[in-house]
Amino acid sequence: MSDSLDQRIVRATQAGLPLVPEPYRKVAEDLGVTQQDVLQCINRMVEDGRIRRIGAVPNHYAIGYVANGMSVWDVDDAQVTALGRAVGALNCVSHCYRRPRHPPEWPYNLFAMVHGRDRAEVVAGVAQVAALLGNASRGHDVLYSKRILKKTGLRFG
Amino acid sequence: MDETDRRIVNALQDGFPVCEHAFAQAAAGLGLAKEDLIQRIARMLEAGELTRFGPMYNADRMGGAFTLCAMAVPADDFERVAAIVNAYPEVAHNYEREHSLNMWFVLAAAKPGRIAEVVRDIERRAGWTVLQFPKLDEYFVELKFAL
Repeated sequence: MSDSLDQRIVRATQAGLPLVPEPYRKVAEDLGVTQQDVLQCINRMVEDGRIRRIGAVPNHYAIGYVANGMSVWDVDDAQVTALGRAVGALNCVSHCYRRPRHPPEWPYNLFAMVHGRDRAEVVAGVAQVAALLGNASRGHDVLYSKRILKKTGLRFG
Repeated sequence: MDETDRRIVNALQDGFPVCEHAFAQAAAGLGLAKEDLIQRIARMLEAGELTRFGPMYNADRMGGAFTLCAMAVPADDFERVAAIVNAYPEVAHNYEREHSLNMWFVLAAAKPGRIAEVVRDIERRAGWTVLQFPKLDEYFVELKFAL
């Protein structure tokens, strides 16, 4: 077996943890290692950021957050880091990234995904982002989702 | 979902313990029996109220390559192009959006060179330009859905 224990644990848990009282013991048994090996390895991946967090991921459609809009903003590159952090901290924003512009048709460099229970909540969320950015925003657009064409989880290893 | 389910999801969006008796510890924090907690999580997964339960791996740090892509596809060619794009295993998500750039998808590949290959391939088969929006910086990626 040339794969590292890290890779084997990723593969064994990327679809989820076993729903048994001692899930890490079950993973260890399946991989033929000790529970301590698994706990250490997972703790290491949490510390170095390979694991963002461990927990429950709600399906936002099932819990009523059926509307989303990808809001995109044109802000000064010199200010984008500070502004991006402030926008990302808003409760209505689930993801916030800096991405490249494609001028002239795409002048936007800051992407903030806004979720809501309906279109009106998304509109209100975008208004919050606009208020926060104020004059720092030189232009923006909102791309509402119309249809999910494909959705599969990312797979690693 | 009842009130207890909501409490569980709110608490466990923030984190699940990494220790030997993980469910017992998580259940104690919620004032539940571990068997009840396990059953409720299993039911919510089954019902699709949870998409997953376990470690959330950070795609960027797993050695793969990712990029967001967009295309402007005329309405009368949209379904043909969607079928072409969706057929690639490297396409993880694909959304139709209300904009002249109306198709937005995420490409994920184990090797960086593969992204460029898939982009060229899609452009050739679809006949439309693919714009790439790779992430340059990340400011916040977290679910904050209060239930």
